[in-house]
Amino acid sequence: MKKKQYLFLIIPLIGSLVAIGAIFAWGLTPGIDLAGGSMLQVSYEERPSVELVNEKLAPLGYGEIRVQPSGDHDFILRQRELTNEEKQALSAALGELGTFSEVQFNSVGPSIGDEIVHKSWWAVALVSLAIVSFIAFAFRHVSKPVASWKYGLVTIVTLVHDVLVPIGLFAYLGHAHGAEIGVFFIVAILTTLGISINDTIVIFDRIRENLRINEIKHRGELFADVVWRSTKQSLTRSINTSMTVVIMLVALFILGPESTKDFSLTLIIGMVAGTYSSLLLASPLLIFIEERQRKNTGVQST
Amino acid sequence: MTDNTTGGKNTDRVIAIFRAIAVLIAAALIGYWVYTTTVNPDSKHPFKYGLDLAGGSHLVYEADVSSLDQSEVPDLMNTLREVIERRINVFGVSEPLVQIERSSVVSERRSERLVVELPGVTDVNAAIRNIGQTPLLEFKLLSTSTPLGATSTEVAYIDTGLTGRYLANAQVVFGQGGAGLSNEPIVSIAFNEEGSRLFEDITRTHVGEQLAIFLDGELKSAPRINEAIAGGKAVISGNFTPTEARDLVRNLNFGALPVPITLVSTQTIGSSLGDDALHAGVHAGIVGFIILAIFLIIWYRLPGVISVVALVIWVVIMLALFKLIPVVLTAAGIAGFILSIGLAVDANVLIAERMKEELRAGKNIHEAISEGFSRAWLAIRDSNTAHVIVGVILFWLGTALIKGFALVFTIGVFVSMFSAITVSRTLLLALPISNESKIGRFLMSSGFSK
Repeated sequence: MKKKQYLFLIIPLIGSLVAIGAIFAWGLTPGIDLAGGSMLQVSYEERPSVELVNEKLAPLGYGEIRVQPSGDHDFILRQRELTNEEKQALSAALGELGTFSEVQFNSVGPSIGDEIVHKSWWAVALVSLAIVSFIAFAFRHVSKPVASWKYGLVTIVTLVHDVLVPIGLFAYLGHAHGAEIGVFFIVAILTTLGISINDTIVIFDRIRENLRINEIKHRGELFADVVWRSTKQSLTRSINTSMTVVIMLVALFILGPESTKDFSLTLIIGMVAGTYSSLLLASPLLIFIEERQRKNTGVQST
Repeated sequence: MTDNTTGGKNTDRVIAIFRAIAVLIAAALIGYWVYTTTVNPDSKHPFKYGLDLAGGSHLVYEADVSSLDQSEVPDLMNTLREVIERRINVFGVSEPLVQIERSSVVSERRSERLVVELPGVTDVNAAIRNIGQTPLLEFKLLSTSTPLGATSTEVAYIDTGLTGRYLANAQVVFGQGGAGLSNEPIVSIAFNEEGSRLFEDITRTHVGEQLAIFLDGELKSAPRINEAIAGGKAVISGNFTPTEARDLVRNLNFGALPVPITLVSTQTIGSSLGDDALHAGVHAGIVGFIILAIFLIIWYRLPGVISVVALVIWVVIMLALFKLIPVVLTAAGIAGFILSIGLAVDANVLIAERMKEELRAGKNIHEAISEGFSRAWLAIRDSNTAHVIVGVILFWLGTALIKGFALVFTIGVFVSMFSAITVSRTLLLALPISNESKIGRFLMSSGFSK
């Protein structure tokens, strides 16, 4: 094993650290579907100025109302949760500024968001646990030289990296562009856990196969070399399987509906992170574990 | 290849070609069915669109079940659903959807919610007001006690379990006000069988006490119980004007709320926004598919063409399933579908890569195809299992939005296992490519190799 191979770990390590830094520095801004609140999108025939709208709405006393122009005719108004009566009063006030139609209205009480956030933590824990258990199970016949649960462990480290990067990005986007995270973001993160793992599985599968062939042929290849050879052999397909998904997601991001843009962006970043992490994190980490293990037990050489 | 004679090989080839043609014909038939049921507006199997694509309103009510016995809750929620459904049907909304949503076991707080979906209704004000008029009727026992050292008596109302859910009907009656004015309008209510029994039990065991009647949480009257009342009839008096009494009766006859509810979420989506979202989603799917197909064909050549055909068949099967199950398509569901297209082709990529390797190792094309499939299988199985794990957990996570995505995603995984393995394999084995020709080898290779 050449020392240089550890250098690969630097890239995912930097990626993770930058993401963690961003999350701690800026945090994530929850949208109304998680934190409660309301959003009204209206389309004016002739749109009045933002100042005029602010002035008109101030007497309603709904606290802070953020008025944001959208497109050529629309305004998006964000404020606290509104009752039906309060919403009527808001519409009436807006009506005094010109003819408009309501594009969408969404008001969410805090209890629903609380429950989703709570459930999401459970889902993240469950998905991670289920995937590790499954990997450990799928590689159960591979116990030499690295125990199958360690493949699961490496998978988890890789997955943590894969979701940290898009979460970090959204911490930045929240800070720089006011991006909010909602239910779609959570779905995207959970989906990332399931699909960014694809290429790691492809590489691990190859390692599994090569180890078996070596055993049958009594070939005394170093574990590090097996891992490296397997990674090289599966490089193209590992990248291409991610590529097919990314092509579709980019199309969805650019052309798709507004409501799923955050979803596709999160997944694109998660997939890209997942692709380089399976090459630069999962494989080197597996080699690292095996070497540590060998030093600890002293003798064994494969 | 068990038989090495030319005759045996020929038979194998004929069978392979026959199978491939059968697969293509079946796919074409399904495709035709999807097409005709989509074009025909009267079809029994149209695509079903969620509110975010079709436009409409989505209301979420939370029921306060904190004071109830847990075993009673499912029953009460069903009554609540029926009552609200009756009220909404008055509107003439086409296909309203009223369903119960329960918080899951892991939630910190138990809550029971009622989700009301009104397709096409964008002025939700009237609907909210109408639902809000559903009366909440409760009968409670008055208990007075004078705690030691206190000068005033404390009044407490004890739940009897008798509520509007046991109501059979109501009517306005004049002139039976007893001690009151003789022409005061009062509301006479009749309980159903179960309610009558309950009412009789309560009145028998509490003779001499006062039974308070609450309407929408407000005390209306608290008559003294003189004797056990059989027959299940009661009156509500409470200084009603004739109009109030008539409105109350009308509302009671739609059904009374078995539990108090509060509106916790409102969502209204204009139909133009929904339309735009649907078109954008379909547009993104088609453009993405074309780019993906070009990529596959350039990179994987002949196996690439086969995987594009397999992918088209996958799309056709998915669309047919959406119609048959039926799956309500939402923006999230379409996103799940588009994502699944990218994932469905993964198996083909793995198989094509593997075949190329086997060819390089000096195997002939048919051996390479079989080996390619069997060796790629483990990786395909493992990654798809990981997808199913996520799909199932997401479905469990639950709100409608997430379920829509998770359902499409999970169906996509299963159909892709079928289409990648069965369809691609059948088509590849039927290809008339000989091992010896250079062109054959070129077509089966990929990437930058010659």
